[in-house]
Amino acid sequence: MSIGIAMEPERKDEEGVVLTEAQKRARRSRSIAIALALGALVLLFYAMTLVKGPGVLVRPM
Amino acid sequence: MSLISEGAGLRGPMRGPLRGPLAAGPDVAFDEPSLASVGDYIALLKPRVMSLVVFTALTGLAVAPGTLHPLTAFTALLCIAVGAGASGALNMWYDADIDAVMTRTSRRPVPRGRVKPREALAFGLTLSGFAVVTLGLLVNWAAGALLAFTIFFYAVIYTMWLKRATPQNIVIGGAAGAFPPMIGWASVTGSLSLEPILLFLIIFFWTPPHFWALALYRAEDYARAGIPMLPVVSGDATTRRQILLYTAILVPLGIAPWLLGYAGFIYGITAVVTGAAMLVLSWQVLRERRPIETASRRLFAFSILYLFLLFAVLLADRGWGGLIARLAA
Repeated sequence: MSIGIAMEPERKDEEGVVLTEAQKRARRSRSIAIALALGALVLLFYAMTLVKGPGVLVRPM
Repeated sequence: MSLISEGAGLRGPMRGPLRGPLAAGPDVAFDEPSLASVGDYIALLKPRVMSLVVFTALTGLAVAPGTLHPLTAFTALLCIAVGAGASGALNMWYDADIDAVMTRTSRRPVPRGRVKPREALAFGLTLSGFAVVTLGLLVNWAAGALLAFTIFFYAVIYTMWLKRATPQNIVIGGAAGAFPPMIGWASVTGSLSLEPILLFLIIFFWTPPHFWALALYRAEDYARAGIPMLPVVSGDATTRRQILLYTAILVPLGIAPWLLGYAGFIYGITAVVTGAAMLVLSWQVLRERRPIETASRRLFAFSILYLFLLFAVLLADRGWGGLIARLAA
């Protein structure tokens, strides 16, 4: 047992936080944006690796 | 009592006007799931500022000697844009309290409650890290280090310190907005020289007339927020003189790339004509008295066009050929 657990507020609602439709829509749109950004980052690093070729590890100051 | 101290006196129990993000109120809604949309997060990036940053960085990148693969150039500009956006998010995190009381900024996502301050902070820090590391890894570390310093300068030196501490806030802080052409240049060369420093100086000396022209007709807004802008602290007359002084320094700097042989005749003519217009408008601002603010508004609007024209003509004059050569290479 820890103090942290003892200080945890009790939830009155056993289901926890229930999202409204608007909150679900907002979360979904944010999740899609994050997924697209990460996908674009993967593609960017992949393409840049091809561009740099063997020199990919050479990063001059 | 000055306007600024009156504003400061209204700012509650914390240390005068220096309250930072906590001034947006206790974060009581931390258990409430966010309603923030993607658009709210895009607004945190200050897209209009970002577009000017990208444009000046593109000019620095295009006029730099040497070669750079188009995809590497794109990556550099993307990182600079994201870094600039991250600075904006950090600025909105820290300035939520003063944004809330200023008409111009009260609709921003944090004061509206769409994005919580700590979400804006996390967003800004994450993007800063990604932008700097990606620029360093994929382009070069000189550019990455410059971008990191720019973000630090804007978020910490300007936003957290200078903005609420001194009427010279936008003079010194203006350096943050002047770094992008240097980062663009360093992305190509991995170093700096006189030419990118000249581009830095043009934006640096452009910033005070631009922002003080705005501050002249928004002085009450700044006073209410407790920001020590020059018109609030030193009054209209001093501000109008300072605007003319900085414009008098700016105009020769604008012409300098032509005089030093970095740009051609078309750039020179553009810099002379638009520089003369800046001087005339600054002179009109000097002679103007409240409540008339036509000249101030004109100078503010024209200063944007002035900077855009200088960099656009320089890009067309010097950079366009370089970009085409790089694309063809």
